[in-house]
Amino acid sequence: MSRFRKEGKKETPELNMGSMSDIIFMFLFFFMVITTMREATLKVRFSPPKATEIQKLEKKSLVANIYIGAPLSKNENTLPPGEVSVQLNDQTIKSEELVKEVQSFIGTEKESRDAQDRDRLTFSLKVDQNVQMRYVNTIKQELRKNNALKINYAAGKKNTD
Amino acid sequence: MSKRKTPGLNTGAMSDISFLLLTFFLLTSSINTEQGIPRKLPPPKTEDTKDKKVDINKRNVLNVLVNFRDEISVNGEVIMIGDLKAKAKEFFANPTNDPSLPEKQSKAIDGIGDFAVSKGVVSLTNDQGTSYNMYVQVQNELQRAVNELRDETALEYFGKKYEGLDSAAQRAVTLAIPMSISEAPPIDYGSNGAQ
Repeated sequence: MSRFRKEGKKETPELNMGSMSDIIFMFLFFFMVITTMREATLKVRFSPPKATEIQKLEKKSLVANIYIGAPLSKNENTLPPGEVSVQLNDQTIKSEELVKEVQSFIGTEKESRDAQDRDRLTFSLKVDQNVQMRYVNTIKQELRKNNALKINYAAGKKNTD
Repeated sequence: MSKRKTPGLNTGAMSDISFLLLTFFLLTSSINTEQGIPRKLPPPKTEDTKDKKVDINKRNVLNVLVNFRDEISVNGEVIMIGDLKAKAKEFFANPTNDPSLPEKQSKAIDGIGDFAVSKGVVSLTNDQGTSYNMYVQVQNELQRAVNELRDETALEYFGKKYEGLDSAAQRAVTLAIPMSISEAPPIDYGSNGAQ
């Protein structure tokens, strides 16, 4: 043992950390590019239905989300008869203000885009799979009235059988 | 000037900072991409279109009804969701020119030439109590039928599947196999309120 120690009286060489930070930066840029900040916290339960023929939406910046599902907490506004909430932006909407809220939501979403992108704006309906169609139909009708015709039924990927 | 050695920079702290940023983005990022079934709503009703009645031949319409118990009927016949795709495909393709299935109209399409385009329209009616899941499944099956027909047409004329075609060829195939779904206003029987 002592023989080894005497021979190996070297200092441990310093590790070169430069390349590590390169790798970390690479990771960092990767995540910065793919990341999208979740713009709204979910206030409704949303588990999408599964489908096979789904398509990816072209541009994330041209998508506005409408969530429909059972409310996660008891304090949320619901549509009658009180089991389903519709969430626009950060808030669930009151049933009596539904028409007005949807209209202003569509208006602000359209205004925040460039003029040439306005027609390409897609409204993604993120609807829980257990929701009855009556709520979806109401929202669809409002979208149609306000000339927001490009919609998307959000769905998860199901493997082809 | 004396030649001095440049002192080695201590980069340890930098990697600490980038680690911190990395963890931040790791935690906040959500990789789930926006995906789903894209659809176009019909334009809002105007005074001109209100009174216009579209006269569609009965053979050109496939009536798909989904009731509040998520049961499906096609032209009055109750079927399972698994059979819907075959039904829709047969309806759109009409390979034997059956007089009870939709008519075809020959159209000149760039890149394909004359093609007998089906005049068929799927009329989809759902109940207010239909579950959203079933609605998406029905939309999915109809889309699947059309996609398979498009793939077949693309293979026949361009030798590739629809996905692999360039945009001009894709447009040609889309013109040849149009996706026409018309949604009737929902009906409301049975379930009063939520169940």
